[in-house]
Order: sequence, then C-alpha cells, then structure tokens
Amino acid sequence: MLLIAAIVLIISMILVLLRLYFGPTLYDRVLASNVFGTQTVLFIGVVGFLSGRPDFLDIALLYALINFVGTIAVLKFFRYRSIGDIPVHNQESE
Amino acid sequence: MALDMFYDILSWCLIGLGCFFVLIGALGVLKLPEFWSRLHAASVVESAGMILLISGLCIQSGLSLITVKLILLIVFLFLTGPTATHAVASAALVSGMKPKSDLKEPQDNL
Repeated sequence: MLLIAAIVLIISMILVLLRLYFGPTLYDRVLASNVFGTQTVLFIGVVGFLSGRPDFLDIALLYALINFVGTIAVLKFFRYRSIGDIPVHNQESE
Repeated sequence: MALDMFYDILSWCLIGLGCFFVLIGALGVLKLPEFWSRLHAASVVESAGMILLISGLCIQSGLSLITVKLILLIVFLFLTGPTATHAVASAALVSGMKPKSDLKEPQDNL
C-alpha cells in the first residue's frame, strides 16, 4: 500500500513537472514548483516509512521550510528585482 | 487484535484518500485552462491531500517521537502552504494578470 502511495506521488509529481515545463506565464511556473515541493515533502515521508527508516522526516521538515522560503524569495525578486533591502528611490519616483 | 486491524484499515483509508487528492490536484494543475483556476487545484494538494496522507502515516507509526515530527510537519505545511499560494496570487495580480470570465460583465452595463 505504501508502495502504491509512492507510485501515485511520483506520477503526480511528473504531471506537475509537465505544467512547470509548459507553463505559459512565470506565475504558473512558481505555483507548479511550490506544489512540486509539497509533493516532494510527502514523497520523502512515504519513502522513509517504506524503507523502514522514518528518520527521513527530519529531511522532510527541512525541505518544507526551505521550499516556503524559496518561493517567497523568488516572488519578492520578481516584484522588486532585488532580494535584499527594497530600494527606496524606486517607490519615491513612482 | 481487532483494534489493531481497525487502526490499520483507518490508516490505509486515510493514505488512499490523501493519494487520491494529491493526484486530483496534480491533474488539475496540469489540465485546467487558466492560471487562476490552477490556484484552486494547487490548494487541494497543499491542504487536503497533505493532511490526509500525513494523518494516515501518523496512525501507521503508533505513538512515538515520529508522530510528533509528523504533527509538526502538518503544522508547518498548513501554515506555509496557503501563505505561499496567497503570495503567488497576490504577485500575479500586482503584475497585471486579470482573471478572464466567460460571462459578459454586467457591472459595465449598469
């Protein structure tokens, strides 16, 4: 049963990767990569149970946090064109 | 003995339902026609599928430190998933994408 769950997760990861490849706009790709990260977290958990080593859950936790921070950083870069401090003069000139 | 079997069946049901929702969400992300409708499918993966699948793993693992980690994973993903989806939608709206509608907009005529 866990094997079936892992296979279904792999199939849905491939579907989302296809959307990431074909996505017409930038935000489709960001959305697809975010969903792909969530599915990867689930896949790591299931594979940890499948191989009898649930210590993989630490990696899954770390991956969840990095996925969230990465998505937010990419979106902030798209919006302000910088990851660090937001340049003030751009807002004043508008 | 019967209780063990009940827990087994319950956890398999939860894992199966979670896989179903993850697959439906992935199909929706691939097949739906527009960005704003794909957001809904992405939310299905990140809330329903995630919670059901990890709850099934929780029951499967018994009561130990692993269960605590799984519940922590549910809490993190439940906080960060909708936040990330909202951030994507907000950034798309700010960049000028507008949802297209099949209906003619009645607000303009009034």
